[in-house]
Amino acid sequence: MSKEWPLWEVFIRGQHGLNHRHVGSLHAPDAEMAIKNARDVYTRRNEGVSIWVVEAVHIAASSPEEKGPLYEPSNSKVYRHPTFFDIPEDVGHM
Amino acid sequence: MYAQLVKTAGTGVKTREEMSDDERNFQDRVDRDEKIEPKDWMPDDYRATLIRQIGQHAHSEIVGQLPEGNWITRAPTLERKAILLAKVQDEAGHGLYLYCAAETLGVTRDELTEELLSGRMKYSSIFNYPTLNWADIGAVGWLVDGAAIMNQVPLQRTSYGPYSRAMIRICKEESFHQRQGYDIMMKMAQGSDAQRKMAQDALNRFWYPSLMMFGPSDKDSVHSAQSLAWKIKIDTNDELRQRFVDQTVPQAKYLGLTIPDEHLKWNEERGAHDFSEPDWTEFFNVIKGKGPCNVDRMEARVAAWEDGAWVRDGLLAHARKTSAARTAAE
Repeated sequence: MSKEWPLWEVFIRGQHGLNHRHVGSLHAPDAEMAIKNARDVYTRRNEGVSIWVVEAVHIAASSPEEKGPLYEPSNSKVYRHPTFFDIPEDVGHM
Repeated sequence: MYAQLVKTAGTGVKTREEMSDDERNFQDRVDRDEKIEPKDWMPDDYRATLIRQIGQHAHSEIVGQLPEGNWITRAPTLERKAILLAKVQDEAGHGLYLYCAAETLGVTRDELTEELLSGRMKYSSIFNYPTLNWADIGAVGWLVDGAAIMNQVPLQRTSYGPYSRAMIRICKEESFHQRQGYDIMMKMAQGSDAQRKMAQDALNRFWYPSLMMFGPSDKDSVHSAQSLAWKIKIDTNDELRQRFVDQTVPQAKYLGLTIPDEHLKWNEERGAHDFSEPDWTEFFNVIKGKGPCNVDRMEARVAAWEDGAWVRDGLLAHARKTSAARTAAE
């Protein structure tokens, strides 16, 4: 069995109600230590008000080869953007 | 530069005809300034070179704690002590960001540590010089961190996503390091005669080792040409060194200190300073392990790793036991 501590991915929520955001990773023996280490490594300058840690092996990720099938369908759907519709200036701000 | 003499894998830049389809697509993405991410296809040599470069950079951050850590207990005031402690803690953090970036390339943390401790991987030559007195802590922050910033700012644009993101974080924090060093130098230079002498002495000893941080001239190196094409190196060593000298000269002048180089002068035609090269024989000796502190630095790292083994093992055993108990209870 490996003697290396598992790898954890760290997510921090900054001030003002923003989403938790991935900031990096670190090694720790368990979740409790991962949070303590994340505090020291990633919030030395008040970067956050909340920390999530997830063991890296539990993250499922899409692969670069799936880029086409995953994202191309939305390319042709320009009507999903508000700028697709011309609204006459007389109508005012919409 | 925190990563010096990184050997670029491969035989130099290939022409488009020599490249495979994958290699051509890869180079096109790099040329378009797209970031390469861990799961993307990349040439084996790109991966190998990056592991060496990021690994060496990370080791430098970790070993770099030692010369400054030396002065934490002897800082002249409580405020200076707190500041130095925060700076040294930052260096540990920078090492960790970089190790994580290297690990995304398929190398483990333990492998990187073992490469450092066995001497197969290097760290920057600058950390093999001693910090003899308090003025040296000023000189290290001002010159050594100044040179590091010179190298790291362009690397924020490097092609490898995780490395670039680590560099952005590091650069945000690094400016404090240089300014606290210059602040120490200002106090010393404006102090008593004895203090001014100490400041000048520190500058004398750290000037050439700082110039060595950028590594020897590599403008004709095929290996550097490959690293530049891959955008894991952004400027040549000479360009960075010149920029560092041009930036530092007025700062030394403000302090009223003299840079220990009688050939240093402004060259109107080039719009840059002419200056003397450091002693490259000394540089290669330090790299080979014959610097003033190489043995001490490695001994300190090996002792930290070996003395900490029981803590690492104990915490892991505890984590496994608690997790097994939790599973059994469910």
